[in-house]
Amino acid sequence: MTDKIKIAVYWSASCGGCDVSILDTEEKVLDLAKIADIVYWPVAMDFKFDDFASLPDASVDIGLFNGAVRTSEQQEQAEVFRRKCKLLVAYGSCACFGGIPGLANLSNREEIFEVAYQSTQSTENPEAVRPSTAYKVDGHELELPDFFDEVLSLDQVVPVDVSLPGCPPPNERILDLFGVAAAYAETGSIPPAGTVIASDKALCDTCPRNETRSSARITQVYRPHELVADPTRCFLDQGILCMGIATRGGCGHTCINANMPCRGCFGPTPEMLDPAAEAISAIGSVAGAPNENEVPAHVMKKAVRSVRDPVGTFYRFTLPKAFLNRAVTDVPKEEQTS
Amino acid sequence: MTKITIAPMTRLEGHGKIDILLDADGNVADAYLQVVELRGFERFCQGRPVEELPRITPKICGVCPGAHHMASAKACDAVYDVTIPPTAKKLRELYLNAHVAHSHMLHFFALAAPDFVVGPDAPPEKRNLLGLVEKVGLDFGGRVLKNRGYAQKIQGLIAGHPIHPVAAIPGGMARSISEAERAEIEQMSNSMVAFSEESLALFENSVLGDPANAEVIAGDTYYHETHYAGLVDENGCVNFYDGKVRAVDPSGVEVALFGAADYLDHIAERVVPWSYLKLPYLKNVGWEGMTGGETSGVYRVNSLARLNVADSMATPKAQHAYERLYAHFGQKPVHHTLAFHWARLVECLYCAEEVQRLARDQEITSQEVRTVPTAKPSVGVGVVEAPRGTLYHHYETDPNGLIKSVNLIVATVQNNAGMNMSVRKAAKAYIKNGVASEALLDRVEMAFRAYDPCLACASHALPGRMPLKVSIHRSDGSVQVLTRGDD
Repeated sequence: MTDKIKIAVYWSASCGGCDVSILDTEEKVLDLAKIADIVYWPVAMDFKFDDFASLPDASVDIGLFNGAVRTSEQQEQAEVFRRKCKLLVAYGSCACFGGIPGLANLSNREEIFEVAYQSTQSTENPEAVRPSTAYKVDGHELELPDFFDEVLSLDQVVPVDVSLPGCPPPNERILDLFGVAAAYAETGSIPPAGTVIASDKALCDTCPRNETRSSARITQVYRPHELVADPTRCFLDQGILCMGIATRGGCGHTCINANMPCRGCFGPTPEMLDPAAEAISAIGSVAGAPNENEVPAHVMKKAVRSVRDPVGTFYRFTLPKAFLNRAVTDVPKEEQTS
Repeated sequence: MTKITIAPMTRLEGHGKIDILLDADGNVADAYLQVVELRGFERFCQGRPVEELPRITPKICGVCPGAHHMASAKACDAVYDVTIPPTAKKLRELYLNAHVAHSHMLHFFALAAPDFVVGPDAPPEKRNLLGLVEKVGLDFGGRVLKNRGYAQKIQGLIAGHPIHPVAAIPGGMARSISEAERAEIEQMSNSMVAFSEESLALFENSVLGDPANAEVIAGDTYYHETHYAGLVDENGCVNFYDGKVRAVDPSGVEVALFGAADYLDHIAERVVPWSYLKLPYLKNVGWEGMTGGETSGVYRVNSLARLNVADSMATPKAQHAYERLYAHFGQKPVHHTLAFHWARLVECLYCAEEVQRLARDQEITSQEVRTVPTAKPSVGVGVVEAPRGTLYHHYETDPNGLIKSVNLIVATVQNNAGMNMSVRKAAKAYIKNGVASEALLDRVEMAFRAYDPCLACASHALPGRMPLKVSIHRSDGSVQVLTRGDD
């Protein structure tokens, strides 16, 4: 092995859980440090973004970018990251698909402000004060950053080479990523563009409950709290919606093992054009009366419609990547984003 | 006048920054800690099925997801008016105590201790976990990581994943634990108890044992007489999972004691134009602005606040440590902001003892962990003590259990006024005649770091510290930029 490779880690619109997930690899992150210099990791180290931005382009080997993009500042940071890093990794579900913060695309900024600063029960705000991007106090201006009206995934801003999904990515897949780094350090080889560090097959494929999945139809959809789920039997078989049917495997089944159904944080299987399309078609195809061979369209529709919250169920982690990826109003765009 | 801005250098959506306004002589006229983050959870949870919120709201913070998971599950239980089985409650308590222990260990050793053990005058590149390890030894550093890892692993065993907890559900827990898992948890808890005792010994020797530290901790710069609030159980002991919120005035007299469902009678939040973070206060005391004292409804939460409102600790070793803390200061409540760190270590020992006690409970492996709700869903409030203070989740649903409204009061928001007061006071004490060196600014930061603010949740979590930028805006319009590490 020659010189150490250079790795940079960045957090954007995120909760910090992705950074903690790296820390949770414990001694493995120290192994990584043997082959790589972490040249930039703002939450963990004291290097400055200006230092990072002043490095020559393509001088950092691997960039791990977590979090979605929702401000102009974040967009700029993503662009700088792309320029500096030879291999750009979208780390975690937010960078890959927008993640749970992407559900904010169901409303605009004004609606979010109205709830946060007016209608919430404990808020006391008779003069309808709103946080302001610029506020004068004693002749000085206090500034707050402004927000985009929508949440974007990283690849909607810059080209991404490798995606590592998961909310957060599980230990085993993080170690796969460290393996990518090790291979690069040894041989200079990089995975083909578009690589996703996850299974190409649905979670069901390796689910410990897979063998209990029968061909029986779902006659009634149950919500998880409405029954005590059998901890050994396929959730769909029990009538509980599980996104494992349309979600990439590779997560280690931590939710299933906790006796809770999948909610799709690993994102859709590769053939999918829209994240929810397969889930909706799969739910429809298993619906119907018992022992029915063919399911009429109206039965499929009825089953899908019995899902109380289709957007929050099928696009829990992926709304910014949907064909229709946000709620729109008839307010002119310049007013929404000003 | 001059304005100094302390902001995370690499802030994107950012988390927090400090603006310090100087008068013509270069002395501090005022200071503001601004929170620059808003994600709109209260809006986009509308329309979601209420039972999914224990899986959605932990995404507010990847460092304290466990606290949101618990508050959310309790709010769901209340929405469905369901009583969970005893074992489910014990599992949740075990989980939450492990969660708090993990957070406290991380905050103390990664962020707080370097200021005291390494010191604010040390070079910034030494004021981090690695610099701390140089001082206290590699073996101890290894035990920090090991026991923090245990606390994470215990959460994962119970709730599926430490950063992505899923098992708490309206009516209880989705899974029980096996005897093998119980035994593993017990073994890890033994180590955590020993480590927590060792941490307290380190605090007394290496932090309090240094006269310079002892002086700054006991001094006036980091001192505010305010109200306090936190959960206590029926015996008046600190409790993270359950109980009533007790508020006391600066002399320690109880001014409120209320259950979760009544929180709106006692707490209201003001909106200010200069921060995305609101300013809660005690309604029956009243709002007088960001100031302390008996007539100001400003109250503080987090570790020291919990100890201040409680009568005692429920576990023997933590009770001993609790008594040492109050004996040291010779007063109760303790108003010394830096004592939040000490209180955090007392709580860490309590949490470890609780994990151990619950892991030895005969009932903990029972498979009776669910009560299926039968009532029509409506309104519910769930309150727990998060590592950083009291956390409120308040849900209203339609008859189908779909969310109509969500109100969240997170721990850190309740310390918003306190943090602003502390930052202002420290800035006034340390920044004179326009001189704001890196080491002095670190002393200003120490004022808010004591609160372990979750607005910097990721930076508080990892070994190291927030890189800072300081912009001094001169009255003549010129701008001088200082950056942490430049001087």
